[in-house]
Amino acid sequence: MRRWLSNKTREKDRTMSTEPKDVIDLLAGIEPGSSLDGIRARRLQARENAQKSFLALFEPTDFGDVAVAERYAVAAFVAGIHAEPAAAGFYQSRFARSADRPELVDVLRAEIELAKTEGPYGAFPAGPLSVEDKAGLSYCVAGESRRVLGARIAAALEHAHLLVFHLRDADPAAMRALLEAGWSDTAIVTLSQLVAFLCFQIRTIAGLRALGASLGHRANISAKAG
Amino acid sequence: MSESIVVRASKDQPVTFTQQELGWLPWLDPLPEAEFTERHWAGLVERSRAKSDYFRLLVRDPQILEARTKTDKDIFYNIADGLPRAERELAAAATSRYNGCIYCTSVHARFATFHSKRRDDIQRLLDEGVGADLGERWNAIVSASVALASTPIAFGQGHIEQLRSVGLDDAEIVDVINGAAFFNWANRLMLSLGEPSTVVEA
Repeated sequence: MRRWLSNKTREKDRTMSTEPKDVIDLLAGIEPGSSLDGIRARRLQARENAQKSFLALFEPTDFGDVAVAERYAVAAFVAGIHAEPAAAGFYQSRFARSADRPELVDVLRAEIELAKTEGPYGAFPAGPLSVEDKAGLSYCVAGESRRVLGARIAAALEHAHLLVFHLRDADPAAMRALLEAGWSDTAIVTLSQLVAFLCFQIRTIAGLRALGASLGHRANISAKAG
Repeated sequence: MSESIVVRASKDQPVTFTQQELGWLPWLDPLPEAEFTERHWAGLVERSRAKSDYFRLLVRDPQILEARTKTDKDIFYNIADGLPRAERELAAAATSRYNGCIYCTSVHARFATFHSKRRDDIQRLLDEGVGADLGERWNAIVSASVALASTPIAFGQGHIEQLRSVGLDDAEIVDVINGAAFFNWANRLMLSLGEPSTVVEA
């Protein structure tokens, strides 16, 4: 079950450098001294703790029951199915560095393409809201991919897909599937936080990048006007 | 192994969006207070949160809980400048309504009503959904929140221009982005680790 965490991977965990730069700034293209840098500085605790959240999930003081390669596999998948190029590239490259079997990277890339869809969809509790129920893909890791990734990571990717695209379909059966694939209560909390955090981080990056682009555009206009 | 799934009786599950106070029941066992270490207490940030099943479940991973809680507090409660509290809560409620989180919607609809005194407008957001006409300023905030919650993310220049046209400056637009983005984190925890209940435990 834990073939993901070879000694070689453990060695890499220790040598992987701590990210020196704020990941949201890095991926949103926010430069020191820029207007958005100044605005983010006015919510300093939020900015610092968004970065501390990233570190808590990917460079924690205690990896507990979830190996670093497992964390980056799920992250690469979540960023990939969001189809946000900057975040997808960042987590894909982190995953490639943490995975000790190169074929995993190719399999994951193929799974991302199979898993892409549009959300949010899903069913409400039966009642007046049922008219808003929206059907969609129920993603399952199949065949050769399942064999290569293993039951534990396959279950994590399936759960991540549920959380990203059709969160209102979540039910106790989804918890049971994770427990049966070897995820402990505590590991499920970590996995859930990781997927949910990325949904926040990726949206913050997309929002700030769009705002930054509009400021650049305005700066160009005023430069031309001047 | 103490792993177990707590399957709840669903007879008390709310079936509509409401501003009433709701309870929340975990599907996994929260960590018993007797097993807390100093790290767990630090992860809670506020000791009073040990009373909550939700926080005692999340505290199983104290490092991420602590950072998440501090992110949340600054985005919503730092009122030194930026977007009014009511409209940060509107972004949270609209995101939750669109994603389908009945619990989060109830909490933040209540907060939005409290700060804005516009209970009927908030109720229309709950009843009619994110297409409800709430006036151009609120419509712009709801529409930006919805675009940001969509996957793939649909937020772009049009939403920024719409927010500017109703009077938001860049710092206030960042508050909309932060508040809406944050509820894509909160909704996923609340919806997937347990369920809401119309019975509120004392």
